Amino acid sequence: MSAIARLLRAREAGILVMLVLFVAVVSLIQPRFFSAETLRIVLLAVPLILVAAMGQMMVLVARHVDLSIGSILGFSAIAAGMIFRDYPELPLYVGFAVGVLSGAALGFVNGLVVTIFKLPSIIVTLGTLSLYRGLLFILSGSKQIDPNDIPEPLIRMAQTSPIDIPWIVIIAYAVAFATWLFLTYTQVGRQIYAIGSNPSAAPLRGIRVMPVTILVFTLSGALAGLAGLIYAARFGYVNPGITGVGFEFTVIAAVVIGGVSINGGVGSVLGTVLGVLLLGSVQVALPILGVSGFWQNAIYGGIILIALVIDRTVRQGGLRGLLARGGA
Amino acid sequence: MNSIDKPTPSTTTPTIVVREAAAPRPRWQVLLIRPETVTLVLLVVATIVASRLSPFFADLGFILESSTYYIEFAIVALVLTLVIISGEIDLSPAAQMALSACLFGTAFKAGLPMPVAIGVSLLAGLVMGAFNGFLVTVLRLPSIIVTIGTLILFRGLAQVLAGDKSIGGFPSWFVGIDYRMVGIVPVPVVVFVAASVLLGLFLGITIYGRQIYQIGTSEIAAIHAGIRVRRIKMGLFIASGLVSSIAGLMVASRLGSVRYDLASGAELTMVLIVMLGGTYIFGGRGSILGTFLAAWLLVIIATGMTVANIAINAQLTVMGLLLIVSIIMTNAIYARSQR
Repeated sequence: MSAIARLLRAREAGILVMLVLFVAVVSLIQPRFFSAETLRIVLLAVPLILVAAMGQMMVLVARHVDLSIGSILGFSAIAAGMIFRDYPELPLYVGFAVGVLSGAALGFVNGLVVTIFKLPSIIVTLGTLSLYRGLLFILSGSKQIDPNDIPEPLIRMAQTSPIDIPWIVIIAYAVAFATWLFLTYTQVGRQIYAIGSNPSAAPLRGIRVMPVTILVFTLSGALAGLAGLIYAARFGYVNPGITGVGFEFTVIAAVVIGGVSINGGVGSVLGTVLGVLLLGSVQVALPILGVSGFWQNAIYGGIILIALVIDRTVRQGGLRGLLARGGA
Repeated sequence: MNSIDKPTPSTTTPTIVVREAAAPRPRWQVLLIRPETVTLVLLVVATIVASRLSPFFADLGFILESSTYYIEFAIVALVLTLVIISGEIDLSPAAQMALSACLFGTAFKAGLPMPVAIGVSLLAGLVMGAFNGFLVTVLRLPSIIVTIGTLILFRGLAQVLAGDKSIGGFPSWFVGIDYRMVGIVPVPVVVFVAASVLLGLFLGITIYGRQIYQIGTSEIAAIHAGIRVRRIKMGLFIASGLVSSIAGLMVASRLGSVRYDLASGAELTMVLIVMLGGTYIFGGRGSILGTFLAAWLLVIIATGMTVANIAINAQLTVMGLLLIVSIIMTNAIYARSQR
């Protein structure tokens, strides 16, 4: 098989084709979509999703799912925002540390409960979704972090940097690159794939499933925490009842579109990045096409289901394979 | 060839362990370590504690009145119990409630007569349930992720239909189902009790009911036993859609209006009720009785927190914690009784 053929057969190729087709179609209908400004808006829109998607991807690869990231994002954003508000004299990185570490701690709890009690992660994280949201209401006293409490340098990170690309964009792609390095070149990174591919074989190969799984949930939480800071930088406020609500579904949509299999063991950083970009393009294209923003969730839901069906047919050798096995 | 591949010869000669058959547990013990018993005990304790804290709880009428909010979800939870016993899960009922209620509202606004609008809503429930069932049984996708997808899709379609406005102005005979009483019991509670009895009998004594347990215990064994697994699962998802649309109509009646965010976040409440009732998350075990008791337990706890002036947002903490604790407990109990 030639290199090009192999490239075309890769999962990522399908997503890339979808992305190019989408951009092409939208640009044909509304030529002003195809512009540097749109690219800028898309690039700006996605860091939030991208950072959290890296965590969710690792969780899905390990054959789990993390529904609580929206609440973790909210919690970390509130925690960091309260540091900014109540201790304005502290340097910015203290707030960052608080955000990321609180996210990591909440993710760690998820991992601990899932592995110790051997419970399905979907139910556990559905519980912590609610639990963390409640905690963040208690922590914040149901009060919003106002725009003038968010430090100026943090806001600027969403706008500029020395090289004219906003810092948060640079951070997001740096996180993606680091994730790629971690998953490709470290032993633990490969073990995550092994666990997801075959959870019962992994321990027989000497993989310590429990610590690795806990690590994956912790990373997912930490990245959601980082996303919380990006949220504060980009939107300039944090509201306990709004920040991060429903965010988990956007992220899961992006990751599933990116070709990460819900059955574990399959998924790549490149695919996830493309999935995030496709979702970001949809988000930006809707108003340009004059479609009401109310359609956004319906489209996300539809895309998830389509991606699932495609994933299913690919794994079972196309439609014929699916139909042949459909007998039982 | 290295020696690791061969069985190590140094293992001791196999000693035959003669194990005596364990004496059957006394009946009271079997009954006592059922998760439903735990739910019942918790229910009694919660009621006693609550009535100590506030005289309101001694009043049955007060509890029944304040229960209507949770009872709508509890009715859906009854069907969800069957779905989970069969080894699947449905996270989309809350979104189905919203979409079918918004369809009802839109149809009513479009000038259709009420019975037709109600019919549209029920039909939508059937179609949504069948759609879930199709994806799970025909395309063989895992129900966990499918119903996350349809959850977003259905809620999104409700948003498309209703925008961010609420649709109201329903005729007065339709509005206020929670204020219609049979004796001192509000109509939704009557529906819940009747549905519990019917579904309890269905699950307990009909062949279909027993087959649901068998599917959840071992799907492969069930297929070999000639059980029409896919047909039954399809039926369960359709039932889930239908009951969701009924619950959606009840919410529409109680509030007198519908919005796309109707019952948002209620997937947690529904799963919580089922889990509190001791249904095994991996399928094959559980009962309608447990779900029935759990619904009342939740009503007492939630009403108790509201009476104690705990903010509704802070109550989320307790709900999340309860969900996690209840699955841990149920798992522990089943692990014990399986030995």
